[in-house]
Amino acid sequence: MHAIFGRLSLEAFPYHEPIVVATFVAVVLGGAALVAALTYFKLWGYLWKEWFTTVDHKRIGIMYMVLGLVMLLRGFADAVMMRLQQAIAFGGSEGYLNAHHYDQVFTAHGVIMIFFVAMPFVTGLMNYVVPLQIGARDVSFPFLNNFSFWMTVGGAALVMVSLFVGEFAQTGWLAYPPLSGLEASPATGVDYYIWALQVAGVGTTLSGINLVCTIIKMRAPGMTMMKMPVFTWTSLCTNVLIVASFPILTAALVLLSLDRYVGTNFFTNTLGGNPMMYVNLIWIWGHPEVYILILPCFGIFSEVTSTFSGKKLFGYTSMVYATVVITILSYLVWLHHFFTMGSGASVNSFFGITTMIISIPTGAKIFNWLFTMYRGRIRFELPMMWTVAFMLTFVIGGMTGVLLAVPPADFVLHNSLFLIAHFHNVIIGGVLFGLFAGIYYWFPKAFGFRLDPFWGKVSFWCWVIGFWVAFTPLYVLGLMGVTRRLRVFDDPSLQIWFLIAACGAALIAVGIGAFLLQIAVSVWKRHELRDVTGDPWDGRTLEWATSSPPPDYNFAFTPVIHDNDAWWDMKKRGYKRPMGGFKAIHMPSNTGTGVILAGLSVAFGFAMIWYIWWLAALSFIGILVVAIGHTFNYHRDFHIPADEVVQTENDRTRLLSGRV
Amino acid sequence: MTMTMTAAERTEETPVFHVVDEHEHPEGHSTLLGFWIYLMSDCLIFAILFATYGVLGGSFAGGPTPKELFDLPLVAVNTSMLLFSSITYGFAMLTMEKGQARQTQIWLAITGLFGLAFLGIELFEFAHMIHEGAGPQRSAFLSSFFTLVGTHGLHVTFGTVWLVTLMVQVQKHGLIPANKRRLTCLSMFWHFLDVIWIGVFTFVYLMGTLR
Repeated sequence: MHAIFGRLSLEAFPYHEPIVVATFVAVVLGGAALVAALTYFKLWGYLWKEWFTTVDHKRIGIMYMVLGLVMLLRGFADAVMMRLQQAIAFGGSEGYLNAHHYDQVFTAHGVIMIFFVAMPFVTGLMNYVVPLQIGARDVSFPFLNNFSFWMTVGGAALVMVSLFVGEFAQTGWLAYPPLSGLEASPATGVDYYIWALQVAGVGTTLSGINLVCTIIKMRAPGMTMMKMPVFTWTSLCTNVLIVASFPILTAALVLLSLDRYVGTNFFTNTLGGNPMMYVNLIWIWGHPEVYILILPCFGIFSEVTSTFSGKKLFGYTSMVYATVVITILSYLVWLHHFFTMGSGASVNSFFGITTMIISIPTGAKIFNWLFTMYRGRIRFELPMMWTVAFMLTFVIGGMTGVLLAVPPADFVLHNSLFLIAHFHNVIIGGVLFGLFAGIYYWFPKAFGFRLDPFWGKVSFWCWVIGFWVAFTPLYVLGLMGVTRRLRVFDDPSLQIWFLIAACGAALIAVGIGAFLLQIAVSVWKRHELRDVTGDPWDGRTLEWATSSPPPDYNFAFTPVIHDNDAWWDMKKRGYKRPMGGFKAIHMPSNTGTGVILAGLSVAFGFAMIWYIWWLAALSFIGILVVAIGHTFNYHRDFHIPADEVVQTENDRTRLLSGRV
Repeated sequence: MTMTMTAAERTEETPVFHVVDEHEHPEGHSTLLGFWIYLMSDCLIFAILFATYGVLGGSFAGGPTPKELFDLPLVAVNTSMLLFSSITYGFAMLTMEKGQARQTQIWLAITGLFGLAFLGIELFEFAHMIHEGAGPQRSAFLSSFFTLVGTHGLHVTFGTVWLVTLMVQVQKHGLIPANKRRLTCLSMFWHFLDVIWIGVFTFVYLMGTLR
């Protein structure tokens, strides 16, 4: 039995935990309903041919967004469980989660929110928007793009499997050794963590390389670097950061897995190992990672502010330089995550000062947005509302960050709820608000109709108010000395703050519900919300030059750029849409190889987690065979015939003229 | 000044907003750049392994030290295997440029043999050390040594598999542009591993025996 199933046995299924069992039943019923519906409506073939195997950057972008949304629900469920536990575990009550379960919940919450919510959302938006903004027809490596997406899904799938088979890590989201070592965590949790991140990490790194190449090589003629839209600039910097930091995560996790699988002594407390080495390595990746998340959002805010103020972005050049400076500085601050390591006054001062310096380019950006709004005709549509909420929220989060950058203050606040409040303040107030601004801004581009503003406003206010109600108490508690990741409390005077925080989480839940409802309502009312112009916001950059949704080939003719804000320039100077002379367009073909390779990688990861060595060997060989086999296929492209292009463009002409 | 210039240009002619006479992008136009960027990301993995070795390389935990373990003449032979393989890969590229498919394949085969020789000697060295009780579990120094050198070895192994694949593909399709591009990528990969090995040889072996 051991040879066949490794350490996987009936014990591995948490049937004795009622919460997990109930979740499992719900997932099975929901999953069965979904599968049945897809089968009944005969959608499998469509999904496979048009979506799963697609190499179209737009569809891959949308699939990333769907993944992010699904995982957001899971990550948020974890958050609600924590808030509930902390709100009731007072006065001798143990709450409703045992330690084993609670520790998994806070770990999964962090891992999921960063790797499988924020990252897919950010990558999805970049994937969708960047090629359109630079006037390209696809990314540099369309197949790799599909493969990257499915590897990200694979990582997410492993995390989800850990809920029902075995357990997830109980170590916190960065799995510090020696706690994550084999001695302290002998079960499968840390292995799920490692393999989920390794599988997804391959996808992230490759998609980083892909987008860097795309931006460098595939810009439309005339678009010099300093004529690129700011979102493209921030995407370039983000992807440079991805390429330059994810290998560090990969290496650090490889070393941790060697400690766990081979018995090496990198991060052990015996035979010369050094756990702080891991903490350093993981944060050399980890700090750039937070800028990977926030930079594209800065780009979104720049596009939104300029569009909805009806003005050219104030200080384009300084915005670009600020982004580049942040990119570089993000590698010089990692040690501020563990000032308490005790590296001495000089080292701590260095990292404290570099951390404070980062606030200068960030502050410059805030002023640029404010000056863009100054004397603009501001339209407070949803994307703009999120942007203003961001500016108010993020500035507070930034200031508490500068506060934490002072080493003596950090010694007091390290690992306290003040820190938790700070990073939620910047990640929710910065990244998440930015993603919402981006989703509302580009949704009409992707689907051809706007999202319903009423439910959008409900969601907006619930989120923003909910955020402050949920996290202000944590600032207070942190200042009172409450540390993070606690399951039960002795001091009854603290309870009121946790109750308030739980109310905030409830408000955010309403916000998420309103967002989902909004999507449903918008699909229902899509004819009322329809936009046929392709340019619903009076946009400024190239993505608004084509139809909504754009045709497979994005642009019938590659655009030529003369100015920043290329589309604004075209509109101003009486650009006429070409009506004839269309040619066949060369495009990449779909392929299922990405799905298969990612599936085999998940099998490999699962086998390694459970020590099922035969399956690990088999799936590894499978990966090699499929990957090499794929290189024997030399015909990976086709032409969209000229007739089809003519047809598509004529349809658009009819739509455009029908509007007037 | 530039403002007036462009304004003058604008009044003179109506601007062109799209490419009328479009050429197809040649296939694989970003592959070499993309591969370079990949190599740099791989280089970072080695950077981390070097850094780890730098930090933990002196933690012998009462176990064997580099001086006792490393057999410099053997490593020198090994290094020469890899360096020769780089030279022969260079010859493969030269014959590829001349369009001589058969010669290219022969040079590739020789390169592969040198690669295998390198791997063989490395495995022999590893087996010898493990046999003497100096396995990767013995101390943090040995953990980081085996991981750094072993990761390089794994790269050479994959390079060899890739090399064989390309030999088959050249056999099937000849030196078509796609295959030339692939050979160029592998060339970069192979020379990159050489550079890494120079680092390993200097930093781990030479400085290790001096320590």
